[in-house]
Amino acid sequence: MSIVSIRDLVVEYDGRRVLDGLSLDIEQGETMVLLGGSGSGKTTLLRQIIGLERPRSGSLSVKGIDITRCAQAELKLVRRSIGVAFQSAALFNSLSVEDNIALPLREHTSLAPSIIELMIWMKLAVVGLADFGKLHPQELSGGMKKRAAVARALALDPEILVFDEPSAGLDPIVAAELDELILLLKQAFQMTVIVLTHELPSAFRIADRIAMLYKGSFLAVGTKDEIRTSEHPRIRQFIDRVPGNTAKTRAVEAYFEKYLHSQEVTR
Amino acid sequence: MATFTESVGRATLKHLDYAGGLSIQLWAAVRALGAALPVTGNRYRWKASIRQMLQIGVEAVPMVGLMAVCAGFILAMQGASELRRVGALQYVIDLVAVGFTRELGPLLTAIAVSGRSGSAFSAEIGTMMVTEEVDALRVMAFEPVEFVLAPKYLAALITVPCLSIVSNVCGILAGGIFMFFSTHLGLGLYLHDVLTSIQLRDVISGLVKSLAFATIIVHVGCLEGFRVRGGPDAVGRSTTSAVVKSTFLVIVADVLFTAIFYFTGRH
Repeated sequence: MSIVSIRDLVVEYDGRRVLDGLSLDIEQGETMVLLGGSGSGKTTLLRQIIGLERPRSGSLSVKGIDITRCAQAELKLVRRSIGVAFQSAALFNSLSVEDNIALPLREHTSLAPSIIELMIWMKLAVVGLADFGKLHPQELSGGMKKRAAVARALALDPEILVFDEPSAGLDPIVAAELDELILLLKQAFQMTVIVLTHELPSAFRIADRIAMLYKGSFLAVGTKDEIRTSEHPRIRQFIDRVPGNTAKTRAVEAYFEKYLHSQEVTR
Repeated sequence: MATFTESVGRATLKHLDYAGGLSIQLWAAVRALGAALPVTGNRYRWKASIRQMLQIGVEAVPMVGLMAVCAGFILAMQGASELRRVGALQYVIDLVAVGFTRELGPLLTAIAVSGRSGSAFSAEIGTMMVTEEVDALRVMAFEPVEFVLAPKYLAALITVPCLSIVSNVCGILAGGIFMFFSTHLGLGLYLHDVLTSIQLRDVISGLVKSLAFATIIVHVGCLEGFRVRGGPDAVGRSTTSAVVKSTFLVIVADVLFTAIFYFTGRH
């Protein structure tokens, strides 16, 4: 059975349809990359998967529990099996990196302080920040913040790990390191990994399968090669980096023609 | 005409929406308040409450005290300049004592706390909204109202009445100093007169008011924070409106409470 199962998911904000009848199954242990440009509905879908918002219609089950209809207590249980690394890292600025990771361990488990300390060290070592636990988030660089956020997402050993734009705002080298970290985590912990991104190299490096999101619906869902060789014009545009027609060149031309014409008339 | 009706309707809906949001938040906070209590509650929330008590209460003592001393002198001087003409200078004692315990003590404290802490609440929570920290809390199965708001509410419920008492004492002492220099009335005799003129009812009505003011300041401040959408400019606007709205609502609540005590009291 698939660990995340989305069926006919519809999300609207103020009557504007943001997600339009999405259906997707994510299997246990795979890396699913949700690929899409700005405004494609990636973040909206993420907020649905982690249960921050409820859809207008459709269903979304995580580990067999429909989180669009379940009670708050069940939702809390589901959330404990999901770790999220937010786009902005979202570390608590008032706490040190260690305390950020310790927070869920201290409050959601009854582990002894010495065990918690060991676990914090392990999580930090996995992301390569073992020596930086005492620092505060504002003392870290962008890439280190992201890795600290991954360590916090790993705190409760989740079954599903979600990354929101892991490489946004990072230089290519640090972004590539983060990709390797994602691959390593998947190998080491056999987690299901969901990654939202618009970076093609990153998507093709880490994905088992890719779901291509465009204006609130999936254009294609398939393996890396299926997406790479797809003939769909929108997917080709995305992969070949063809600019869109947002500038409305024809309207601009028409405006200039009209303007020049009026200038000639007055002369 | 239609646009006028429309704008009135829209404004009404906006205010109803705000009042509804405040009520829902108040109810959630009252239910979460148990978690912030010592011994029976969550010890991390109690620790956070103590930190808040230091920030809202202890650190505000010098400012509240100084404001009360100034207001005490003002009230005594203004009162004396009128009462002297009818030869009733000793009534300045009643004016200062009753005026402070019933009215000025709680009101001045509320204005000071709203400026110091109400703005801090909305800035803190607003920043947490912008940096996705509130989302991170919810994803980690923490309830933001319990985690962020309950300790602040508990701390304010305890410290604001205490600050009001500090304010009362400072104001009344200032009145005593004025009386000493203007009529050579000894401080011991002055305090004796003060105690005979204040009734327990006056003190209780002042403390009831200050509990209401604490509730208003915390909830308006936090609601403004939770309603922040967008970027840093939204945080700035929320901070301003937290102070403006809470000060306004404190004065409205003061009128209501004073009216209730006036009409239910003995004449």
